[in-house]
Amino acid sequence: MEIGLAHYLFVAAALFTIGVFGIFVNRKNVIIILMSIELVLLSVNINLVAFSSYLHNIAGQIFAMIVLTVAAAEAAVGLAILVTYFRNRGGIAVEDINLMKG
Amino acid sequence: MLAAIAFYVLAAIAIASAFAVIAVRNPVHSVLFLILTFFTSAGLFVLLGAEFLAMLLVVVYVGAVAVLFLFVVMMLDVDFVELKQGFLAYMPLGAIVALVLLGELVLVGSAAGGAGGAPISLAPSAPASITNAEAIGRVLYTDYLLLFQLAGLILFVAMIGAIVLTLRHRPGVRRQDVGAQVGRRRSQAVELKDVRPGQGLG
Repeated sequence: MEIGLAHYLFVAAALFTIGVFGIFVNRKNVIIILMSIELVLLSVNINLVAFSSYLHNIAGQIFAMIVLTVAAAEAAVGLAILVTYFRNRGGIAVEDINLMKG
Repeated sequence: MLAAIAFYVLAAIAIASAFAVIAVRNPVHSVLFLILTFFTSAGLFVLLGAEFLAMLLVVVYVGAVAVLFLFVVMMLDVDFVELKQGFLAYMPLGAIVALVLLGELVLVGSAAGGAGGAPISLAPSAPASITNAEAIGRVLYTDYLLLFQLAGLILFVAMIGAIVLTLRHRPGVRRQDVGAQVGRRRSQAVELKDVRPGQGLG
């Protein structure tokens, strides 16, 4: 039984869907939303590495490294904003975040 | 055969733990399941022959990002049970969107694979004798040097941003003011008194 590119793409699609689903159902908990974004970026990484492996082109792995960097930076800045928000407002409920009346 | 078994086990664990990340009640458990997902994905990367990225995933995600999440979850004193409310209220809409998304992704993937579109031109692959890390290193510092430096710049800006956001100056804390120390003049520090004999300072 040969494991092909489609198998990896299906795993990545499932992870991506779970990430988006997590953003929808955890509307109040911003920490879980950040984790869901990490899941989405991870599924993108799996896609890139799978294509890189099956097309015999190393560029996909280079790009996966860039995605990894962006994910780490995003987590750091997002959690910093979260800590600052918690310090100022005493809670992290996303639905209360309407300071800017957007 | 063994590779197929490993793939199915890793994929099942990855998807199940990813679902547990968004479904469990306790955020600490969520972070732990996130770590499991990252670790399992690193296993998938090893199966794909990308050992360097697998180790990078373990070091960066499990070692840094997940621990950062764990720190924040444990440091913030939040009533998480209250935050979990509304899970069922958003469930139907989220499920519909997620199912449509998954259907579209699978449809596009199977259509592109089965229709036999434009044949994929294989790029000249690296010689099989070198390792994955060497293959990455050969192109990372030559062809993709700008991308590499851009990644460093992104991390630098994120680091400064995180520090600026979380730094706060509490009143009442005595800090060293180097500027004031260096800028001190003799006239501010030393005062000469002309003391008369037998009288002392009044």
